[in-house]
Order: sequence, then C-alpha cells, then structure tokens
Amino acid sequence: MNAIIVSALSGVLMMFSGIIVKNRSYHTVIAACALLLLLLANLLNSYGIWVIRIDTHNMFNFEQFGMYFNTIAIATTLIYVLLSGKAVEKISSYSADYYALIFFVLCGVSILSAFNSLLILFLGIEILTIPLYILTGADKRNLKSNEASLKYFLMGCFSTGIMLMGVTLIYGGTGSFILGESRVPESALVPKTSFLEIAGMILLFVSMCFKVSAAPFHFWTPDVYDGAPGVFTSFMATIVKAAGFIAFVRLFDQHTELLGPSWKILLSFVIIATLLVGNITAVFQQSVKRMLAYSSIAQAGFMLFSLYGANDFAREGILLYSVAYSLATIGIFAVLIKMKDYTFEGFNGLAKTQPELALSTAICLFSLAGIPLTAGFFAKYYMLASAVKAGGSLWLVVIAVLFAAVSAYYYFRVIQAMYFKEGEPETEEITGPFKLGMLVVAALVILIGIFPSLVLNGFYF
Amino acid sequence: MPIQYYIYLCLTLFSIGIIGVLTRRNAIIVFMCVELMLNAVNLLLVAFSKMHHATAVVGDAATNAGIEGQLFVFFIMVVAAAEVSVGLAIIVMMYRNTHSVDINFLNRLKN
Repeated sequence: MNAIIVSALSGVLMMFSGIIVKNRSYHTVIAACALLLLLLANLLNSYGIWVIRIDTHNMFNFEQFGMYFNTIAIATTLIYVLLSGKAVEKISSYSADYYALIFFVLCGVSILSAFNSLLILFLGIEILTIPLYILTGADKRNLKSNEASLKYFLMGCFSTGIMLMGVTLIYGGTGSFILGESRVPESALVPKTSFLEIAGMILLFVSMCFKVSAAPFHFWTPDVYDGAPGVFTSFMATIVKAAGFIAFVRLFDQHTELLGPSWKILLSFVIIATLLVGNITAVFQQSVKRMLAYSSIAQAGFMLFSLYGANDFAREGILLYSVAYSLATIGIFAVLIKMKDYTFEGFNGLAKTQPELALSTAICLFSLAGIPLTAGFFAKYYMLASAVKAGGSLWLVVIAVLFAAVSAYYYFRVIQAMYFKEGEPETEEITGPFKLGMLVVAALVILIGIFPSLVLNGFYF
Repeated sequence: MPIQYYIYLCLTLFSIGIIGVLTRRNAIIVFMCVELMLNAVNLLLVAFSKMHHATAVVGDAATNAGIEGQLFVFFIMVVAAAEVSVGLAIIVMMYRNTHSVDINFLNRLKN
C-alpha cells in the first residue's frame, strides 16, 4: 500500500518540480531522492509499518512476495535513474515529466504485485502501460519513435480489449471478480466450472502473453523496443516486463487445474515458440538494440518457466530472474545509449578505448547468456529446476538449455567486437561517475552470481 | 430475454472489432474498432450483472449481488477516456510529421 501511495504522490511532485525547477540536472536529483523515499516506504511496509490502512474489501492482497518484488523494482529503477539520468535529460526539456511518468509506471507495478481482484489487475495494467505509450513517443521529431508509439498504443489497446473480454467471461461464469472466489451456488443445473470461465481464462492468458511479449503474440516488441528512445527501451524491457511476469504468475498460480492437462500443453507450446522466435531471430540482427529486443523475447521464454513450475522454487526463481535480467540489461543499455553507432561494428575496439566499460558490458552479457559465476546462471537454474520439480517435463528443460546455448552466440558477438576487432568506436563523453556506476553494476551481477542467497534471503526476512 | 442472446450479440460486436483492428490500415478506424471491442465488453458486463442479480434475488430479496459488474463498466469508461486522450495525441503527433494516418506508411518510409 505504501508503495502505491508514495509513488503516485512522487509522480505529482515531479510534475510540479518541472514547473518550479528549470535546471534539468536537478530533476534527476529530485527523482533519485523520491525513489529513495519510495524504497524506504516500501521497506517499512514489509516490516509492518503502514502509512495508512484502508479496508480494500479483499481487492488487494499485500503479501510478502509482492512487496519484495516492489523493493526489487524500485531499487533497479534507482540504479537505472543514476546510470541513465543524463540520457533522459538529453531527450528534451521535459525531463521532469518523463520522471513523473516513470513514477506512475512504478505505481502500476506496485498495484500489479498486490492485486487480488480482476478489476485491480485491469487498472494496474492500464496505469502501467498508458505512461509507456507516451515515453515511447518521447522523441517527437523522430519517425521511428512515432511509429513505435503508435504501434505500441494500438497493440496495447487491442490486448486490453481481449483482457476485458476474458475478465467479463470469468465474471459471467463465477459472479465475482475476486481471484478464486465464486458466488454462483453449485447445483445440479449449474456445473462446478462453466464453459464461460474457461474461455475467459484462455482470453486472459492470450492478453497477458501480449503484455509480456511471448510468442506468438510478440510481433510488436522488436519495432517498439527499436523505435523508442534507448533510455526508455531499457526501462520497458526490464522493470515493466518483470512486473508483467509477476502479475502473470499471481494470476495463474492457483486455478490452472480448471484447464486440466491442456494447460501444460498450451504453456509448453508458448514457451517453445517464444524461445525459438527470440533466439533464432536475434542471431540474424545487425543492430545491437534490435538484438537486445529479440533477446528480451528469448528471456521471456525462460521467465515463462515460472508459470510452468508454479511452486515455491518458481516464485523464488522469478524474483532472482527479475534482478539478474534487469541489472544486466540496464547496464548494457546504459552503454549502448552512449554509443553513436548502434550496430555491432559500432562496438569494435571498445576494449582499447574504454576498458572499464567493455569489461562491465562483457560481465552483463555473460549474465544474460547464463554463464556460471554471474547472476544469470542461478536465475536460469532456478527456472529450469522448478520445471524439473513439477515433474514430467524434462524434454522441455533440454530444449531450453539448447536455446540458451544458441543465445550465447549473439551475446558473444558483442564481446568479440569489443575485444578482438580493431576500430575507433565513437562514444559520447563518458564521465568518471558513469564508469564507476557501470563497475558497481558489474560487481553486483557477480556478487549475486556467487551468493544468490543475498537476493533470496531478503524474501524471507 | 435469455442471456445467450446477449452473449451472441456481444461476441459478434467484439469479433467485428477484432477483424477491424487486424484488417484496416487507417489509424483512426483501427482505434474506433478498439472502442467497439471495449463497448461490446461493457454491454456484456451489464447483461451478466443483471443475470447474477436476478438469480440471487430469488433467495434474498434485499441482495445487491451483481452490482460490481456495473461498477466495472464505469472503470472501463474512465480508462478508455484516458487511453483516447493519449492515443489521439499520438496520432496527431504522427500526422504532423508524415501528413498521413496510415499505419503502414511508416513501414514504407523505412525501406
């Protein structure tokens, strides 16, 4: 509850600070302070101190899992703002408004991590995505940004329509919007689960696949991630996507038995399609930004394993995966934004001119590929282990491991360009604090890779 | 009237909306089709709300079961209005740059 209230208020505060404070670099400082406050408020919430207590009539369920995810999301946003704040300021003079929109997105994230009613799920998804349409089109004069924002908007509305139809059909079947509750009394005439409820769940599944860009509903992702300004792609591909998965897991945690064995078949089809499309297409990309867009589809395939497993291992795994994936991707994007040329050739010889940046980027790429001693290894391990524990799906795990090997190819292409090719990469001015920040991110990736319990223990204490 | 009629009507409207989104190329018309989808949902929600009320009122005359369906409709309307304001701004921004509201126009520019 604290996170929802404080993030909404911080968003309003940022809008006003845009009017009062004209110096753009102060906007970043204000945003970082507000994020620290938000982090503190959320931590207090998880130790049982509430700003206000409202009876939500069972529409919210503030459990430890959701609040811990909020902590992760807010902390990664803080790292993101500190690393890429300069780039946000460069887009236009409205940087305070961009931060305000980022706070509204965080409000949506904290709603999604606590919803217990389909109404709140709908509101959370909308509060999450509407600011993103604006952020995607932030670069107003750029045609690619325009196209991305229009595409994202139309696809987002379309999937919202499908989600609402699903919610309505579930309501028709059960008479309630609360998850797992049914008001319709059982009788000889009314069967236990109606056809409407099952149809509704399938529509909800489809629309959530749209939101987290799982194949075959992924087609908007590459264009949107490629067209949006790099700073905001980095935010969309990490924190927002992880929040989408938290909502997905919370939604489909309990009553998948309604769908019977077809649920596992449906899900394994989606997982394989997502891994296939993401990994194979990423191999053929020339632009690093577009490659990262496809790689985010591929990573979504791994995150879907948390739905497949649906046990405690999966819940721990999705938290670890959000940390590992968000940290690494934010790090890589922060470097990418500094480059003048987004193709693989643009990275040629970066290790000679900027050794610190090349090293930290390489560590982040190792983490995305899932090399041991980096955070990505344990994240992938937990995901696959949850599927093994659920039983009867070893073949799926083998396929996922094979695709992880494919993914190493395109991540290593960047490392190869940085270390083993000659060239003069053109970068924007790189300051000392930025280098330090990148090294801190790389150190965190390795630290979590060696001691994953650092993240997981936080879940229980 | 049996609830089935409402379900068929709403599913028809919803499908018209989906087909429109997938086949039309004018951004404004695509947008209208999305609104059609949302309004089909609104109609169905109200119909289900009445249905749940009618079944509950048999056992308990003072019940307010089914009221949340109609509440949901208001939320959908408000959110749809917010979406319209953002969406039209995006379409206007694109029109200023390209003098067209064709969704495939930008794809052609890239090639």
